[in-house]
Amino acid sequence: MPKVGLPSKSAYQLLHDETALDGNPLLNLASFVHTWMPEEANKLIVENMNKNLVDLDEYPAAGIIHNRCISMLGDLWKAPKEGKVIGTATAGSSEAIMLGGLAMKKRWQEARKKDGKDYFHPNIVFGSNAQVALEKFARYFDVETRLVPVKLENGCVMDPNDALQYIDENTIGVIVILGSTYTGHFEDVELMSRLLDELQARTGLDIPIHVDGASGAFIAPFAYPNLKWDFRVPRVVSINTSGHKFGLVYPGLGWVLWRDESYLHKDLVFELHYLGSTEFTFTLNFSKPAAPVIAQMFNFLNLGFDGYKKIAYKDLRNARMLSKALDSTYFTVMSNIHRRVDTGEMSSSSSSDLSIFSGRERRHSNDDPTQYIPGLPVVAFRLSDKYKQENPHVKQEWIQSMLRAKGWIVPNYGAPQGAEDIEILRVVVRETLSEDLMERLIIDILGVAESLMGTPSFPLLLPLLSAVQF
Amino acid sequence: MSLGHNIDIRTDINQSVPANGVLKHPDEYTMPGVGSPSRLVYEFLHNALALDGDPALNLASFVQTRMNEEAIKLFMENMNKNLVDHDKYPVARMIHNQCISMIGGLWHAPEDGKVIGTATAGSSEAIMLGGLAMKKRWQESRKKEGKDYSHPNIVFGSNAQVALEKFARYFDVEARLVPVKLENGCVMDPNDALQYIDENTIGVIVILGSTYTGDFEDVELMSKLLDDLQERTGLDIPIHVDGASGAFIAPFAYPNLKWDFRVRRVVSINTSGHKFGLVYPGLGWVLWRDESYLHKDLVFEHHYLGSTDYTFTLNFSKPAAPVIAQMFNFLNLGFDGYKKIAYEDLRNARVLSEVLDNTCFTVMSNIHRRVDTDEISSSWHGDDDPTQYTPGLPVVAFRLSDKYKEENPHVKQESIQLMLRDKGWMVPNYRAPKGADDIEILRVVVRETLGEDMMRRLIRDILDVAQSLMGMSAPSLPWFLF
Repeated sequence: MPKVGLPSKSAYQLLHDETALDGNPLLNLASFVHTWMPEEANKLIVENMNKNLVDLDEYPAAGIIHNRCISMLGDLWKAPKEGKVIGTATAGSSEAIMLGGLAMKKRWQEARKKDGKDYFHPNIVFGSNAQVALEKFARYFDVETRLVPVKLENGCVMDPNDALQYIDENTIGVIVILGSTYTGHFEDVELMSRLLDELQARTGLDIPIHVDGASGAFIAPFAYPNLKWDFRVPRVVSINTSGHKFGLVYPGLGWVLWRDESYLHKDLVFELHYLGSTEFTFTLNFSKPAAPVIAQMFNFLNLGFDGYKKIAYKDLRNARMLSKALDSTYFTVMSNIHRRVDTGEMSSSSSSDLSIFSGRERRHSNDDPTQYIPGLPVVAFRLSDKYKQENPHVKQEWIQSMLRAKGWIVPNYGAPQGAEDIEILRVVVRETLSEDLMERLIIDILGVAESLMGTPSFPLLLPLLSAVQF
Repeated sequence: MSLGHNIDIRTDINQSVPANGVLKHPDEYTMPGVGSPSRLVYEFLHNALALDGDPALNLASFVQTRMNEEAIKLFMENMNKNLVDHDKYPVARMIHNQCISMIGGLWHAPEDGKVIGTATAGSSEAIMLGGLAMKKRWQESRKKEGKDYSHPNIVFGSNAQVALEKFARYFDVEARLVPVKLENGCVMDPNDALQYIDENTIGVIVILGSTYTGDFEDVELMSKLLDDLQERTGLDIPIHVDGASGAFIAPFAYPNLKWDFRVRRVVSINTSGHKFGLVYPGLGWVLWRDESYLHKDLVFEHHYLGSTDYTFTLNFSKPAAPVIAQMFNFLNLGFDGYKKIAYEDLRNARVLSEVLDNTCFTVMSNIHRRVDTDEISSSWHGDDDPTQYTPGLPVVAFRLSDKYKEENPHVKQESIQLMLRDKGWMVPNYRAPKGADDIEILRVVVRETLGEDMMRRLIRDILDVAQSLMGMSAPSLPWFLF
C-alpha cells in the first residue's frame, strides 16, 4: 500500500487506463453473465450504490422493491397461490444453490432425528454436468456428492432413470439442472418427479427436487411457457436463478425461492437486533448491495414479460442460425435447440450457406421456439467425424486459440463424466451477440476450420500461437 | 470497453409504447405484460427510492455510504466485469491479487510464507471461509488419528455478530458462546474461553471490534493462553480474527497492537472492504497466513470458461467493480490517508464520549479513556494520538446513567432512540449480549461522513432529547459546545 495517496483524478486515470486493457465483453462468448444495461439503469445503480439491502430500517424502499421482485419471480415460476412463497436475493446462483441445498439438508436431518435415525451421512444426487457450485455445496456442507454420469446421446445431461440407483434413505434431494452449462440442455424435471413419485410409492422415501435454473429459469417461462419444470411440479421445493445471466443484470445477483415458507426451517432464519429493529435474515451474506436488486426491478418494468420474451426469441433465433451453419459444414452440433421437436431434424429452411446470409432468418412461423427442442441459447459443437478423419492432425483446441487471435473467446473443454472422451466448443448466445456479430462469428469459425485443413504452412502456426500473449 | 456507447440494442422492444406515456404497471406483485420506456421506469423507481433514508444520518450502520466521483466513475466503467472470469478480465484479476498483497502487508503476513486470500461478498462469506478452513484442517487431523470427526465445535464471545453464529449453524459446527462481562466492555475475556475448549474445538474466533461497544478483544492474550493449553494438553487450537471493522482501523491507529499475523497462532483474518475499507456495500476480504491453512479439498478446479481456474469462495461469479474501488482507495488515500480518517473518526468519537459521559449518560465504550490513567481526557482539543487511549473502533456505546435513571424512573431508554429518529438520526437501542443482558445499549458508529459540524448537531440533539424526557422546559447545554 503506498504510504501517501494520489489525487483522485490521478488514481482514477491510472486504474482506468489499466482496466481498459481488460477484454471486450462483447466478444466473450464463453460467459453466460450479462454485460450491458441501458443508461437509465446505470443512473439508478449509481444513485443506489451506497444502499445496503440488509438495512431495512434505513432503506425501506429498497427492501420493498426486493420483496416485489420475489413476488414477480414467484408468479413467473407459478408458485402455488395457496402457499406462501418465500425467497431472497443472493450474490449469485452459488449462494442461491447453497441455501436451497442447506434447506433440503435441514429438513432431512430433522425428519431423521424424529425417526431416531442416523443423520450424519447425508447425500445429494445430480448429474456430472453440474456447474461447480453444486459440488461446492456438497463439499462445503459435508454432504456426499453422488454424481450421475451423463450420456452423450441425450445431450450430456442426467437421465432421470439413471438417478434412481443413487438414491437411498440418506438422500436429501435431487438437483435437476434447467440448462446444462455444457450443452444448454434442459433436464427433465417432470420425468424426475414422476419417477420419484413411483419411488415413494414403492419405498416410502419422499425425495424433493431443487431446480438449478441459473440460466434456464429466465428463459423457459418466456420461450417455453408450457414446459412444466417449475412449481407446477409439486415435488419441486426450491428454484435458483442468476439475475446476472438471462435476468440481464450486471454481475452480482442471484435469486432463490421456496414454494412455501414451510420448506425453510426456522433454524436457518436468524433474528437480529443490532441495526436498531428486529430483522430476519436467511442468506449466507449479511450486508449486500441494493443496487443489483433495483436494476432487476428496472428490467422487469422496462422489458415486461414481452420484452424478456422478445430477447429470448432473438437469442434462440441467433443460436439456431449458428447451429445450422455449423451442422451443415465441418462440425457436429451437440446442442439441440435447432432441431424440430416433431422430426428431430434441423429446420429445413436453411441448409445452404447462402440462404443464411441472404436475408436473415425470417421472423415468422419458424421463429417459435416451442417448435424446437427446448434449451438455452447455447451452441455446443465439435469437429465432425468426417473432418477428423480427413484432418487427423487437427486438435480441436486450436479452433479456440485461432478464434482468440480474432478476438473471440470460445472455450473448448472436456465433456462431463460419462462422455469424457469428447471435447466441446461452446458459444453462449447472449443479447449482445447481434445478427451482424453472429455473421462475423460464423465466417470466422468456418474460416478457421478451413485454414486448419492440411495447409502446408500450418506447422509454422504452432510456435506463433504459443508466442502470442492474449 | 465503454459502457457509454448509447446504442440501444433494444430499439425494437418498446416501439409500440409512447415515450411520454404512463408506466405500465398494473399491480406491484406481477411482472407487467409489456415493458415501459427506460426514462419512465427510471423516474418511477427514482421517486420510490427517494423515500429511503439519508445514509449520512444513519449512525447505526458500520457500512460505508460515500465514495468520491472518480471512484464512482471507475465503478460504473467496470460494472459489467465478472471477477471469476480471469481469462476475460486479467487486469481486474491482477488488481484483485494486488489488493491481497497490500492487505497482507498491512496485516504483517510473514515474509517466509505464502499468504493467500480472496475477495468476498462481505465479511459473512469471509468468516464462513475462514471457519470452513479451520473445520477442514481439524477434520483431516482427526481422521488421521482415527478419531471421531462428526462433532466439531467453535468458541467465540456472545457479542459475536450474527455471521459467526450463521457459520456454526449452517456448517453443522456447535457454537460455544462465551458470555461477556460488563466490566470489560462486553467482550470475551480469553480466560473465560478456555473452559469451552476441548478436543472437538476447531478454533477460537477473536473479535477485533465488537459491534456492541467497539472494544477490541485481546488476541495476544488468547494466543498466550492457547500456548499454555497446548503445553498442558497437546491441543493445538488456531485463532481466526474477525476484523470486520477493526482490521481497517488497527493498522493505522494502533500500529503497535499485536493482533494480526504477527501473532503466530492467528491463521486467518477477515475484514469488510465496505466498512472502514471505505468502499460501497458488497465487498469483504479473507486472508490466510499461508496457503497450507487452506486445504486443497476446498479449492475447486474448473474449466468451463475456457481455461483452468481455481476458486475457493462460496460465490462463483462476483462483480469486479468493488475490488477496483478498493484499489482506488488504496492508491488515492495511501496508508497516510486511511490513518488520517481513522484519527478523525476516533477524535470525533472521543468528543462525543466525553460529552455524554459528563451528562446524563454512562459511556460503555473505552476509546476516550487514557491508557495510563483510565481517566477521560478533559477537553475538545486534547491529545490526538489514539495510542494514548484504550484501543477500539470509533464507536460510542452508551446508556442512561444510574443517577439519571434514579431521578427519572419513568423514562425508557428506547425513547431516546425514537425521539432521535424524529430528528432524523438513526441511533439504535438494543440489549447487551449474554452475560450482561439486563443492560440496554445505545450506539453511534462514527464514520467518515460524521464530521465535526454534524457531530455538534448530534450532541445537541442527544442532550436535548435526554433533558426533554426529564420534563425540563429549556435544555441547558454544556459550555464547551460553543
